[in-house]
Amino acid sequence: MDILQLLISGLANGCVYGLIALGFVLIYKATEAVNFAQGDFMMLGAFVTIGLTNANYMGLPFWIAVPISIAIMALLGYLLDRFVIRFMFGESQTAVVILTIALGFVIRFFAGVIWGHEPQSLQSPFAGKEVAFGGLVLGMEDVAVIVVTILLTWGLYEFFNRTKLGLAMQGASQNQLAAYYMGVPVKRVQGFIWALAGGVACIAGILFAAKGAVDPNTGLMGIKAFAAAVIGGFGSLPGALAGGLIVGVIEPFASRYIAAGYSQVAPYALLLAVLIFRPHGLFSQVRVKKV
Amino acid sequence: MRIIFKTDYMQDLRPWKDGYQLSLYLLLIAAAIVAPFVFDAFFLGELTNVLIWALAGLGLMVLTGHTGQASLGHAAFLALGCYANIILVEAGVPFLIAFPLAGIITGLVGMVIAIPALRLHGIYLAIATMAMSILADDIIVLTEHWTGGVGGKYAPPVNVFGIDVDRWGTPKAFYYLVLGVTILVTLGYINLLRSPLGRSFIAVRDSEVSAQAMGIDVARTKAISFGISCAVTGLAGALMGLFAGAFNNETFSVVISIQLLMMIVIGGLGSIHGAFFGAIIIGFLPQFLSISKEWVGALVGGSNVAIPGLEFGIFGMILIMFILFEPMGIYGRWLKIRTWFELFPFYRKDMFKRQKSYLKTERLR
Repeated sequence: MDILQLLISGLANGCVYGLIALGFVLIYKATEAVNFAQGDFMMLGAFVTIGLTNANYMGLPFWIAVPISIAIMALLGYLLDRFVIRFMFGESQTAVVILTIALGFVIRFFAGVIWGHEPQSLQSPFAGKEVAFGGLVLGMEDVAVIVVTILLTWGLYEFFNRTKLGLAMQGASQNQLAAYYMGVPVKRVQGFIWALAGGVACIAGILFAAKGAVDPNTGLMGIKAFAAAVIGGFGSLPGALAGGLIVGVIEPFASRYIAAGYSQVAPYALLLAVLIFRPHGLFSQVRVKKV
Repeated sequence: MRIIFKTDYMQDLRPWKDGYQLSLYLLLIAAAIVAPFVFDAFFLGELTNVLIWALAGLGLMVLTGHTGQASLGHAAFLALGCYANIILVEAGVPFLIAFPLAGIITGLVGMVIAIPALRLHGIYLAIATMAMSILADDIIVLTEHWTGGVGGKYAPPVNVFGIDVDRWGTPKAFYYLVLGVTILVTLGYINLLRSPLGRSFIAVRDSEVSAQAMGIDVARTKAISFGISCAVTGLAGALMGLFAGAFNNETFSVVISIQLLMMIVIGGLGSIHGAFFGAIIIGFLPQFLSISKEWVGALVGGSNVAIPGLEFGIFGMILIMFILFEPMGIYGRWLKIRTWFELFPFYRKDMFKRQKSYLKTERLR
């Protein structure tokens, strides 16, 4: 029972990692760039929702605040692409990486100025409620996290593989020039994907803030989500979720069964091992080109 | 307008273009030597800090600027160099032997790490090195027996040619030590770039496929580049440890790695000057901000407000501006200004125009 409880809380944590990792993968899949600021996006999304919902700020009802903040973050993602990232169109991945790291610094700074550096948590309708499930007692927010994550991953997966726009995105990432020739509006597609990533980051932020407290440095957790995305294999949506779950589950078990000091090493050690033995992740997307 | 007439093959082989350029650099060195007699101890400390950062930047520049492999984990090598140096000195090895040895140890470790890391490309390499940098923090805590763990270690004063060198006791001697190391490494770097090895680095950076076609062993070249880069970074780490006086596992955090990479990007990737320009920005930005904060505070009439994170925020904004508008960094801007003067009425706007490029996936090969 003890193990099951650890497993569930690990899964809930892992889902948040998985959601941030989804954001990484979305942008990577459609633009071939890696957004190092995704964790900071999540933090910003959480703070926007807190700003709208919490009684000491605007005090809007939770279910009205959520769509508004998702829309705000999506708009922010779009504007970011339109006015910053688009200048980098066609540049190397490394340049975009450095740009997004710098963006993360700036976002963290502004979040600190606006909302302060004290940890705050979201006043959500899930808080404090519990669900008894056989002999298990689960926090309502954990259940919400798991359900939302699974739905979102499934929805995005279908979107990428079934819809015309999803296929256009995949094409735009594989070869920008060829996609242009095929009539894909590459730049507009990229703007859309950044908006989508902003929305997903906001959902991750809401779920994270409902589970615990956020402060401007929470975004650094993005590094762990990063490990998740890499373990799953960049470019695979279910892989990102799986990677997130693996990292999330390893953490509580490692801290329980391995001596203190060694336990926090576990996710990164796993990351290095995966990179060394399967350089493109467990769910690899790399295929050899056939002539 | 200045025209260089080439009358001798040596002119192409020499590290400097002509006597004018050489005399400028000699003047710079002379100014650096005179500096301790002009500035007070505080400013001298800042200058030393800038030189140490420049040295670390030179280390990363070999790898990122000239071989094209982005590393977000060089703080780990700074830490390794620092600890190796102090542990050797404490074991009774004279500093003059311990210091180069620290560099060599770091270089060898870097080379060993490079072998699996070389299977990774671009972004994956950056992530792997970043994970390494995070792990380094924990490894230092776990190997408390040697490293002192969270409690950290204190740097003892070291002895160079019979002179006690200590950051606080004899700041001038410490400055000269750092200056000497920096000049030696820079000269080595200039010569490296003229050698076949340095040229193969650049070939690998520009196109791995064509480098291979020219008969360059890409894996070997990358491993050597990693080794040299780590060795220089290790030397910088050793000096950084002496400069800081006390350090523990958090001194060389992953933030330092990121800062180091950002620094050489601001300075200008792929140029030795870039490491120095970037270090000047990193070194003087905190001072500049605190001075301007006082100034603004006095102007508005308010008290001296502390804004946490301001330094990183400003730093990030500067970086974004540079990547968007001047991807070649400060050195690139300087090149443009210089060319404008050299060609005076004939400079055209499109001279440094970037070629339009389209990205292709790395997932299909």
